[in-house]
Amino acid sequence: MTFIAKPRLHHPTLKQNRIGYTRRDYEGKVSTLCAGCGHDSISAALIQAFWELDIEPHKVAKLSGIGCSSKTPDYFLGNSHGFNTVHGRMPSVLTGANLANRDLIYIGVSGDGDSASIGLGQFAHVMRRGVDMAYILENNGVYGLTKGQFSATADAGSRSKRGVENTDSAVDTVGLALLMGASYVARGFSGDKEQLVPLLKAAIAHPGAAFVDVISPCVAFNNHSGSTKSYDYVREHNEAVSRLDFWPSRDAITVSYEEGAVIEVPQHDGSILKLRKLDGAYDPTDKIAALNAIARAAADGEVLTGLLYVDPSADDLHAHLSTVKVPFNRLGEQELCPGSAMLDRINASLR
Amino acid sequence: MHPTDIRNPDYFHKVVDCQWACPAHTPVPEYIRLIAAGRYSDAYLVNWKSNVFPGILGRTCDRPCEPACRRGRVEEAQAAKTEPVAICRLKRVAADYKDDIRPRLPKPAAKKNGKTVACIGAGPASLTVARDLAPLGYAVTVFDQDAKAGGMIRSQIPRFRLPEEVIDEECGYVLDLGAELRAGVRIDSMKQLLGEGFDAIFVGSGAPRGRDLNIAGRQEAAKNIHIGIDWLSSVSFGHISKIGRRVIVLGGGNTAMDCCRTSRRLGGEDVKVIVRSGFEEMKASPWEKEDAMHEGIPILNYHVPKRFELKDGRLCGMTFQIVRAEYDADGRRRLVPTGDPDPTFECDDVLIAVGQENAFPWIERDCGVEFDEWGLPVLDAETLQSTLPNVLFGGDSAFGPKNIIWAVAHGHQAAVSIDKLLSGEDPRERPAPGVTLISQKMGIHEWSYDNDVALDARYKVPWRDVKETLKNVKAEVEIGFDVATAWKEAQRCLNCDVQTVFASKLCIECDACVDICPMDCINFLHNGEEQGLRARLRAPASNAAQDLYLQDGLKTGRVMVKDEDVCLHCGLCAERCPTGAWDMQKFLLEQTQAGPGCRTPQRKAA
Repeated sequence: MTFIAKPRLHHPTLKQNRIGYTRRDYEGKVSTLCAGCGHDSISAALIQAFWELDIEPHKVAKLSGIGCSSKTPDYFLGNSHGFNTVHGRMPSVLTGANLANRDLIYIGVSGDGDSASIGLGQFAHVMRRGVDMAYILENNGVYGLTKGQFSATADAGSRSKRGVENTDSAVDTVGLALLMGASYVARGFSGDKEQLVPLLKAAIAHPGAAFVDVISPCVAFNNHSGSTKSYDYVREHNEAVSRLDFWPSRDAITVSYEEGAVIEVPQHDGSILKLRKLDGAYDPTDKIAALNAIARAAADGEVLTGLLYVDPSADDLHAHLSTVKVPFNRLGEQELCPGSAMLDRINASLR
Repeated sequence: MHPTDIRNPDYFHKVVDCQWACPAHTPVPEYIRLIAAGRYSDAYLVNWKSNVFPGILGRTCDRPCEPACRRGRVEEAQAAKTEPVAICRLKRVAADYKDDIRPRLPKPAAKKNGKTVACIGAGPASLTVARDLAPLGYAVTVFDQDAKAGGMIRSQIPRFRLPEEVIDEECGYVLDLGAELRAGVRIDSMKQLLGEGFDAIFVGSGAPRGRDLNIAGRQEAAKNIHIGIDWLSSVSFGHISKIGRRVIVLGGGNTAMDCCRTSRRLGGEDVKVIVRSGFEEMKASPWEKEDAMHEGIPILNYHVPKRFELKDGRLCGMTFQIVRAEYDADGRRRLVPTGDPDPTFECDDVLIAVGQENAFPWIERDCGVEFDEWGLPVLDAETLQSTLPNVLFGGDSAFGPKNIIWAVAHGHQAAVSIDKLLSGEDPRERPAPGVTLISQKMGIHEWSYDNDVALDARYKVPWRDVKETLKNVKAEVEIGFDVATAWKEAQRCLNCDVQTVFASKLCIECDACVDICPMDCINFLHNGEEQGLRARLRAPASNAAQDLYLQDGLKTGRVMVKDEDVCLHCGLCAERCPTGAWDMQKFLLEQTQAGPGCRTPQRKAA
């Protein structure tokens, strides 16, 4: 953390996006996390992603649980809605908020403790239900706020800062999200924003349950030689399956791609994912292959990153429930309580 | 691009834009911090050591530091008007609020070293030479035609800009060091002076001749036509106390501004400045033009003087030709008549302030000192020695009219040359500056400087009521900052001398510094040639006058590149750095002055 606020002055050439905001307009309060925390880099990547997507900050709701990661929504998008919920219960609050007002863009921010320990059940069910959100798991493998005990995502065999070996097996968050039905699954690294920003942009735009696991080294407790979530380890073992470029529409594509080197995944909202191949034949729309690749990489001690799976025809909870297009919170008493005559008609139709 | 070698003193010196731009290289942020801390005497002494005349310069300096000030660049696109820190007027604050500093000044040398130095003219250049050499034991004799020391500071700068007490005080500090002033003595022959046996002679006689304007009517109307600098000095010395009601001042430099404002105070009610060039191209500093216009003096541009008009043998007006500027392919300006009818302006007096020239009628051309085709002495630009190695020149007499702060810089330079020359050393071997680079870290988030960037706009120096100042030529117009405003203005300084120093081997490339930097100065990317790098940065580095700070040796093989251009020196990169790879270190550069420090260290016998 720092004592002074980031000065309001900015570079004279700082650009505005299409809706007239600079990147600095997407910032929040000054971070109180430890200096060098990977989470701050993720916040910076989210700021960049929202700015690039020309999203109005007041159209966004940030929800989080408890932990270092869950403090971060205070440090980006200072003009958005926010709800710092109870430990492990962010998914249910987010689900409720999404049902009440489907017009907002939902960001769920959680950590490995919040999602893989106390909140594992909620994590599984929010994916199953296909709530339209970008669920960001800031994954550092330790409980930073309580001084660095192993979390449920710490790899078996990795060591704590004091040298103690972890004997429990790790919860595989990307594998679990895939199994549970997330329709967009990606993994990034806080130390590589070039990869992370497009992954976040595509997750925000994805019309369904999008999950991004971000390896985020804890500089205070988990950035040492025995760790598998340190800057050095992740850089040495990073296996990126592809480089993702996110384009909001076909007209917006400004880069020319070499023939055959790109997989194109059109989304049904009109946005385009362009995947520059890095790993031979990796097909991110093949769920079984994705599960295999994740398991293989885990067995080899590699950190598989990039867009791991996307369902181009995904839809969400509102589609499953056939709800009305108007957000519930804007329906009046008349629409919500249509009266006894309507109740009689409904009852009659069910007899 | 090669990694930056921060051991080269010039690298960080250039980052301190104000100090780099100052001819005397005064450590500006250092004294501004002292002012903010209320340590006015200390701030004064930092200045005094470097520029000798803080109270005088704090009112009259040409302030090359201010256009260079980083503050003017960082506010760009965010403020209605970007303005530098009021460096010059803060200098005055140090002079205004200091205690009696005389006990802290050097003492006259207890023992003379047997060497004698003559200084011609008691202006800023000569007094600087005397200040530097007298405490070392040199017997310095300063000759001046006037009764008191000060030179053009005393004769040409109007009292309403610079009170006489300030001149007396600061010239006094120099003379109290043991230099002898031979006032009222005019040197008429260099040959004779050379015969007097001085070990070295420093010529600091200024550019004393005002340029004339020989157009029709000049001779006939001579009684009411005056050369600007001569007229100003007559006013300063009390020989002139009146001028006609209608006055035309010709010229666009600072002397013209002084002439018109002085005229307003001596009875001139209808005073105008008429200048050949365009308003923007005028040589006068923008603030001096503003000050003149504030006193109701119009400035008419693109008017070329054609003739003086006479009536009954007396000046009654001036006729001009109206021109416009045209630029040829090489960007050279030509003034072309517009064809408009020539306007005539009525007037009672005309002041000519169209430039100054050097004049050395007293230096015989066969005495060994050579002159070039423009009548300027042939000099070694670094040592300021003439073709006679023990005769040196400085100030306006060296390279033509400049300003006080350049004269001071020349004085220091010449004093070093004289000290080396008379110690049997080669003056061309110039001493390196004294440089320290010290971490400012006091605790996890604590720095020994105030790193919080103030967003205030520049504060205006209060003025005395114009009704009062126009009545009295000696009433100082500017009152100077009060202590509270001075503190606020001092807070605008970005502390550019507190440098961001990067150690690659500590860096874990976590991006924390990149994310926090408010100005997007910091980058981690693959190396390339400088031009390409400048374009690839997060914020393009388009100001080629500002360096890129590059360090290699990172684990990923990338390089750290920081664009120094608009860095706020807020230290957030260092606060956010988990490993201390970034540190904020104060860079203090002091020019080496005459004395043992400027001489080659002597090896002791084994």
